[in-house]
Amino acid sequence: MKRRNLLASAAIGLGLALSGSAFAEGMDHVKACFVYVGPIGDGGWTFQHHQGAMSLTEAYGDKVEIQFQENVPEGADAERVLTQMALGGCNIIFTTSFGYMDATNAVAAKFPDVKFEHATGFKRDSANVSNYNARFYEGRAVEGLIAGRMTTSNKIGYIGSFPIPEVIMGINSYYLNAKKVNPNVELSIVWAFTWFDPAKEADAAKALIDQGVDVIASHTDSTAVLAEAAKTENVIGFGQASDMAEYTDGPRVSSIIDNWGPYYVERVGALLDGTYEQADIWAGIAGGEVKIGDISARVPAEVKAEAEALRDAIGAGTVHPFTGPINKQDGSAWLADGATAPDGDLLGMMFYVEGITGDIPQ
Amino acid sequence: MDIGGINPVILIATLMASAVPILMAALGETVVERSGVLNLGVEGMMVVGALGGFVIAVATGSPVLGFVGGAVAGALLSLIFALLTQVFLANQVATGLALTMFGLGVSSLGGQGYNGIKPPPTGQLLPDALADLPVVGPILFGHDWMVYFSILMTAILWWVLKTTRLGLIIRAVGESHEAAHALGYKVNRIRLMCIAFGGAMAGMGGAYISLVRVPQWVDGITAGAGWIALAIVVFASWKPWRVLIGAYLFGGITVLQLNLQVAGSAIPVEYLSMAPYLITIIVLVIMSAGKRGKANGAPAALGQNFHASR
Repeated sequence: MKRRNLLASAAIGLGLALSGSAFAEGMDHVKACFVYVGPIGDGGWTFQHHQGAMSLTEAYGDKVEIQFQENVPEGADAERVLTQMALGGCNIIFTTSFGYMDATNAVAAKFPDVKFEHATGFKRDSANVSNYNARFYEGRAVEGLIAGRMTTSNKIGYIGSFPIPEVIMGINSYYLNAKKVNPNVELSIVWAFTWFDPAKEADAAKALIDQGVDVIASHTDSTAVLAEAAKTENVIGFGQASDMAEYTDGPRVSSIIDNWGPYYVERVGALLDGTYEQADIWAGIAGGEVKIGDISARVPAEVKAEAEALRDAIGAGTVHPFTGPINKQDGSAWLADGATAPDGDLLGMMFYVEGITGDIPQ
Repeated sequence: MDIGGINPVILIATLMASAVPILMAALGETVVERSGVLNLGVEGMMVVGALGGFVIAVATGSPVLGFVGGAVAGALLSLIFALLTQVFLANQVATGLALTMFGLGVSSLGGQGYNGIKPPPTGQLLPDALADLPVVGPILFGHDWMVYFSILMTAILWWVLKTTRLGLIIRAVGESHEAAHALGYKVNRIRLMCIAFGGAMAGMGGAYISLVRVPQWVDGITAGAGWIALAIVVFASWKPWRVLIGAYLFGGITVLQLNLQVAGSAIPVEYLSMAPYLITIIVLVIMSAGKRGKANGAPAALGQNFHASR
């Protein structure tokens, strides 16, 4: 043992003695691994996660090694990929799609020394699983306001991926805030049953446009929806997950930007300096995880100001996108006048609010 | 004119365009399989064609050259498959699967820097005067040239395979390569050309996605269309017109189910979502079930490599 190491271990020993059992040993080098549901070039969801991953290298340089796998199907394949990663020396594994929830927990139980971080889920079966999520519904509220103000046909659309709480709360928030500024607004929902399939996403957008919808929000991962909207005049949409600024000249009027970098830097940093703890993080506009992209010149100045005021109010905590009175679709009461939605209700949200037509697929 | 909130004219016009990628790829694969080669790399050739077409169209500003580029890119990739299976006699199934993975990887690498660029638009072929006619206008005259080209290719392939000497040779090679060889035909050379043709068709189909359907480049843009094309070839009993029916059924029901969702149909969404797969398979199976004996019509030498030992 070299003398430097000896001194280091002595120091660690001293540290242990001083801080007792609460002390967790830091690490010199962390291998951070990422499981992606789509390709990193999707221009949306996975692209943003990968941007976050790359900011680790920026922040820690050689101390962090990054490994990632793209296009991992949700289900049994994810379990194989996770096992491979855990066996391959990953110290912390970020699984970046809701559908990896069970696979993450199953593999985490077998590798107690590896940290697992599952995005947008709610299961933490073992102590080494953490959850992180962003309050996208806050961004949806801003989109809804713009949609309600901008629609001329009073028909607005939403392309859903899978019927899970994260998507449904986005739909509800979008609808409620559109309805607030435009009581005549009608919402059409199309379920694509995919996170990433550009051709199908484009078809879904086309189906909405063919039926008179002129504002489209999407919950899928590619830029295809905006590309389809660009073909028809007077149809607008929003960048989803990423800014999609390249469509600013066309249909994109604003966007929800997922900003994962700071969270990844914080978590890996905690692992490096030994302060890592299991967590359940759900930050929104206030925490900087959700950003609203620039509102384009297509939006009139007063609507833009109104949207930015809503964004800032949500960020400051003075406005909650789900503030009562709100009834469920079947007319039963959900939130009383002035009450705001508890997080538990949102995370398990499997109902539409009053006014939305159609059923949620089971 | 609307039925249940859906305009059938717009629906038919939309499905004709949305079926083009699958139709083109499936037609190409039909020729390949009729010559006795099973190329499972359709998805890979499509995605490489999608990128090749996109890059050429952006570089030259001409969407037509883009489609040529897509065809060339698809054909070049298929030649790797041809080299491995026809010259080195590698297993066709394994090589085809590898080709798909290779194609997805290569296109992802080559596509770096092409995200967010818009390709030159492919407009409708015929003048507005025709396309604006009621009912027949949007269905018959309102399309871009690739839609007509794909139908024309269906007719040409049907004619070539059924009535010409060239078609007879291709079928002979696919049914019994020993017999074709004994007659003096260069089995592997004919197959190689069929594979390149299939690659070019798949490449054009892929280019249609990146230049017209979506118009943009993102990684993995074909998202499984190649596998649908492969399935349609089998369920269509290797017959070009049935391939067209299969592709239109699949494309049509995909579009229809999305429209039904928007129109607020009473049918649960999960049934709507599986409908394209189910109905396409059921219809094509029923169509093929008529003739017994040579019921499925698979080429007898499908998937077998040929080595001229005598």
